[in-house]
Order: sequence, then structure tokens, then C-alpha cells
Amino acid sequence: MTITNQSAPVSQGQPPADFSGTASPTTRWLGVAALIGVAVLLVFAFVLSEPDQRLDPDTNIVIGQFDAVRLLYVHVPVAILPYLAFSITALGGVMVLLKGSASATWWDITAAAAAEVGVLFAGLTLITGMIWGRPIWNTWWEWGDVRLMTSLMLFLVYLGYLAYRRAMPVAETRARRSAVVGIVGMINIPIVNRSVEWWENRTLHQKSTLTEMKIEDLTLLSLIIGFVVFGLIFVWLMVHRFRIGWLEHQAETVGLDAAIMQRRAQAMTGTGVDESVDHPGLTKGGDQ
Amino acid sequence: MEHAVEVEQAVVVLNGFPALAQLDLTLPTGSVSLVQGPNGAGKTTLLRLLAGLVPLKSGRARVLGLDVVTQRRQVRAAVGMMAPSSMLYDDLTIVENLQFWSEMSGHQTTRGTGDRRTALDAVLGRLEIASIAHQPVSTLSTGQRRRAALAAVAMRRPRLWLLDEPHAGLDQAGRGVVDKLIVDAVDAGATVIVASHELDRVRPMASHVITVAGGIVHRSEVETDA
Amino acid sequence: MHEIAAIVRKDVRIELRSRVVITQVLPFAMIVLILFGLALDADRSTLRSFTPGLFWVTVLFASILAIQRSVSVETAASAFEALRLSGAAGWKVFVGKAVAVAAQLIAIETAMLGGVIVFYRSSVDEVVLLVTSALAATLAIAAAGSLYGVLAVGSGVRDTILPMLLLPILAPVLVAATRAFGDAMGATAVNGWSWCALLACFALLYGLVGGIAYGVVLEDA
Repeated sequence: MTITNQSAPVSQGQPPADFSGTASPTTRWLGVAALIGVAVLLVFAFVLSEPDQRLDPDTNIVIGQFDAVRLLYVHVPVAILPYLAFSITALGGVMVLLKGSASATWWDITAAAAAEVGVLFAGLTLITGMIWGRPIWNTWWEWGDVRLMTSLMLFLVYLGYLAYRRAMPVAETRARRSAVVGIVGMINIPIVNRSVEWWENRTLHQKSTLTEMKIEDLTLLSLIIGFVVFGLIFVWLMVHRFRIGWLEHQAETVGLDAAIMQRRAQAMTGTGVDESVDHPGLTKGGDQ
Repeated sequence: MEHAVEVEQAVVVLNGFPALAQLDLTLPTGSVSLVQGPNGAGKTTLLRLLAGLVPLKSGRARVLGLDVVTQRRQVRAAVGMMAPSSMLYDDLTIVENLQFWSEMSGHQTTRGTGDRRTALDAVLGRLEIASIAHQPVSTLSTGQRRRAALAAVAMRRPRLWLLDEPHAGLDQAGRGVVDKLIVDAVDAGATVIVASHELDRVRPMASHVITVAGGIVHRSEVETDA
Repeated sequence: MHEIAAIVRKDVRIELRSRVVITQVLPFAMIVLILFGLALDADRSTLRSFTPGLFWVTVLFASILAIQRSVSVETAASAFEALRLSGAAGWKVFVGKAVAVAAQLIAIETAMLGGVIVFYRSSVDEVVLLVTSALAATLAIAAAGSLYGVLAVGSGVRDTILPMLLLPILAPVLVAATRAFGDAMGATAVNGWSWCALLACFALLYGLVGGIAYGVVLEDA
């Protein structure tokens, strides 16, 4: 009895991979909607809405953010999205650990895609925040501010998550271990946010004119449009990034079957095993 | 149970490479098996699979009636593996190492310190390392470390012994000690699997000779008693 | 529980014999303190007010080394695999390793305290607050560090990835510890005990998370 017959390949049962691209009718519509939305947002932000100008009752001087407030419509939506993205990453991590990484590939790829898009938006948050803060607070950065620190921390933590993933070529190991990193990254956020109560310095965000200015009518509408537009962009990026990850996974599985066949062929060429010598005391056979 | 080892179509992937490529194997309890084959054939990976140390990409494997995937911890508790790396802390003495590992294995919890000490002394005696037992491992020669590593395995009293090149680095006396250990283990009812290039040494003791090549069992021979 | 004691005993014994932390990490911490003093070239009152921050940044740097040492003790002996084979519960290994690292860090911090009193001419107003917050912060650092130390093993870039992963996570701990020390040393007027409570929260959080996650991560170490 020698070699067992070739059995079913590992990738059997999965739909064939389409490596031509990650676009589809859905994403095309999504993309068009997002582009139109951006145009609408620009109109609302720069033309229709008004600069923040108020008359201070005490001093009778015109105060406010003036035109700088227009960044509100970009910065606030962009700032919320990393929290959403990294929550998805953490959730994906939990699912990977619960289900075992073999069946949780979908969650792992989702987690990784969310982290990438999240890091992008976190970076944008920091940049738009700094641009917005400069004219208003007269500083590029303020160390006592909880939200600034959390944004920076999240950005660095998940940048590290991405770097960590790159260091591991094996899919199952990578899924499990980066799941832990992705979960721990979010886990101190509730505590840090609550620590605002303990925070001694009055933060710039609290002082911000976000509460002072009245968000109503056109301003509110523009802000809502901002949320919708950046939400669309977020989803569009996520879908594409996920599909790329899925194609990578399929490529790996297909490659494995070929590798298995190649490996078994080593046995058939009888590498290193001398079959011609007669071994006393042993009979060939056995029911392997 | 009849079979100590039942492996069906096992695929083990290490770093993207299929170390085991749909391997099948069955071995009865109480047997001594020699696993031979060229370098890179998958012998070590096979042993590690049976120890519950590597994950299965596909296929099934049962060791001592336990599934290596779902009952991994029980599998690990029941086997004893001797690998090329010694798994000993350099700065500790042999005795301290053995005590640590037996405490970590936890199956010594029901026995008192006195019992554990007796078992320890017995193992040191069998491996003939009692005289160097209180030296730090870093001061020992390769052969002495291998004996100490083997002592750590023996202390676990495993039902399945997985020995990967156990004779390597040992002098004549040491090789004799290993052989005696294998014979004693089988007499006590355990199953032994030895991966080795020392064919002349191990073949006479083995009832099964498994040839591994290309990640599968290329040939399997059973000794017929005359 | 005796597995935890066995690990702590083993790590302490190895350290006492090899003396790596005492002869390498501790001097490193003192050198960093001295370098800060040199670089800042400040007068007495400035150094005093900076002391809490400089202290804890130095502790973080030293903890990176201590954790890398804790992990390399195991990898040198291929012990992670042996730990898997032993069947010991992941959380027990975690607690043992974390306690051992915490003990080493406490020793370093004690020496560093002497250092800042001498070099930065700081003084300690509230000893209880100082000791409690140092303990809580050290436990948080040791717990998070032990988990991330094992996460770093098995990725191909172990030495460089650990600080990148660990330090951003410990940023809130750094802030809280600095504020608590600031109060205890009379350097700043804040409520140190509420910061100490926050540190205790972090210690608890990372202790729990580490205990739960360690077993999973140990599988691939």
C-alpha cells in the first residue's frame, strides 16, 4: 500500500474568484451619490450658509468664528467616523476570537478594512482640527484637551494595528492576534472619555463655540448633509477595501491547492527513500 | 482503545507552505513506531500535530481517542514531546527546571512535595544525571542538556511519547539510556513514536516503520513477529 | 494558583542569577533621568515641576526593556511552546509574568525616586498617595506590557513593534500617573487621589483584558 488517492482540493466549494476588479453597480451608484453629495455640501458650506457672526451683548462687538466655522461641516462628521470604524474593528476582532479564525475570515477582513479607513479619517480629523483650531484658539495644538489626545491616541494605536498586521504573513495567526490588538485599542476609550470629569483643565473643546453658537436652520442642515456625504464616502471606501481583502484571501486559497499537489509530488519521485533494499524482519503491507 | 493515532487527510500549513499534504496514518496503542524520511519531509510537523501544537488546515486527527482540534488541552496533557530545542531555562538548575515544569503541568497537584521529590529523584536516576542535577543548565554540555530534556518528558508519565531525534547529541551511554526509556515506556503501556535518522538503532525496537516524504506517508511497514 | 507562584518564583530566581534588570535596565533608567536633567539645563524649580512627567516617561522606557527581557527569557528556552504543552491556563501564565515584571519595575522606580530626589531636588509631600499611585500605575503598565510583549513575539519584527503598540495605549496611564505624582510631590495643585483612582481603573482593566486574551495569544507565540 503506498500513496492515497488525491482527495478534494481545499478550495472546493467556494465560488470562483473574479480578479478583474472590485467595482460593481452598487458601488458605482454609491460613488456617484457621494460625488454629488460633495458638490451639494460645498454649495451649502461655502455659499448658502452664513459665517458665524454674533453681537456680543456686553461689549457690542461682533464676535464669532466668522468664516472659519465652515470647517465645522467637514471636521465634525470626519471626527465621528473613526470611532465608528474602530468599533467595527473591535467588533470584528471579537467575532474572530469567538468563531475561530478559520470561519471568521469575513470578520477579519472587515476589521482590517475598517481600521484602514478609520486611520485615514482619524488623520483627516487631526488635520482639519488643527486647521480649524488655529484661527480660533490661536494654537495648532493643546495638550490639555481630552478629545485631541484621544484622537491622536486612536490614530497611533490603529496605525500600530496596521503595522502589526503587515508583520504576519499567515492568515489565521494574523487574524487572531490582530483581533486582540484591535479590541484592546478601543477598550480604554470609555474610561478615558469618562475621565473628562476628572480632567482639571477646561478643555478647548468645551470652550468651543460649538455650544455657544446656535446650530439651527441652515447650519444644522449643512451639518446633516456633511454627515451623510462623509458617511457615503466611508461606506464606499469600506466596500472596496473589503473586496480587495477578499480577493487576496481567495488568491491564497487557490495557491494552497497547487502547493499541496506540488508537495505530494515530492513523495512520488521517491526523494531519498531507498526502495530497492530488502529489509529482513519486515513485510510490506499493513492497512494504512 | 485500539488506535493511539488516527490521522485522516491532514493538511498542516506553516507559513503558507503545506508541511503535511493530506496525510493518513493509523497506529495501535502500545506500539513503538519509527518515523523516517528525508529532511523536510514533514516528520517533525507530524509529531507536533500529534502533540496538539500545530493547527489543522483540513482533515482530522485523533490522538489516544482525543480530537486534536476540539480537545487540544487534553491531548497536550496526555503526550510528552522531546523536541530539538531543550525547553530548559539556562539560569536554573536541572532540579529547578524539572520542578517548575511539573508544577506547570499541574497533574502533580494531588501529590505532595514529598511524592514529587521521590518521582524527581527516580527520573534523575534513570537518566543518570543525578550528579549534575544541581548545576545551572548553562554549564552543561549538549548531551547533558538532552538528558535533562528527556527527564522532563519522563516526569510527565505520558501515554504517548513523541521523540524527535532523541539520540542526537548523546554519547553511547546516553543512547543506551534512551533505548531503555523507550522499552520501559512500552512495558508500562504507553505508545512511542520516534522520528529518527538512526535507523539501525531504532528499527529493531520498532513494530511499525513509517516513511514520510512530501508531507504524506509514503510507505508503512508492520513488523511481523516470527 | 501554585502555577502563578511557580512562574513568579522562576522569573525572580532567573533575574537574581542573571541580574539583567539590575545591571542593565536600572542604569538605563538612571541615565535617562540624567540626560533629561542635562538637556533641560533648568533651574531647580523648573526641574521640580517637571519631575513627575520625566519620572514616568523614563519608567515607560524602562518598562519596554523589562518586558522585552521577560519575553526573551521564555523564547531563549523555547518555553512558550513548553508552556502550551504543559496545559497551564493562559491567565495564570499572564498573572505570573505580569507580577514578576511589576516587581522588577517597582525596584527600578524605587531607585529612580532616590535619583529624582538627588538630581532634581524633588521632595515627597504625600507618601501614601505616591506609593499607591505608583503601585497602580506599575500594575497597569506590567499588565498591558505583558500582553503586548507576547503579541510582539511571533511577528517578525519583535523588538521594534513593541514600543509602537504599547506606548500609545499607555498614554492615558502616563497622564494620570504624572498628575498623581504632581500632587504627591507638591509640584502641581490637582486632586491626586482621583487620578490615582483612574490608575486603579486602568490596572483593573488591563489585568482583566490580559487575563482573558493571553491564552489566545499564547497559542501562536
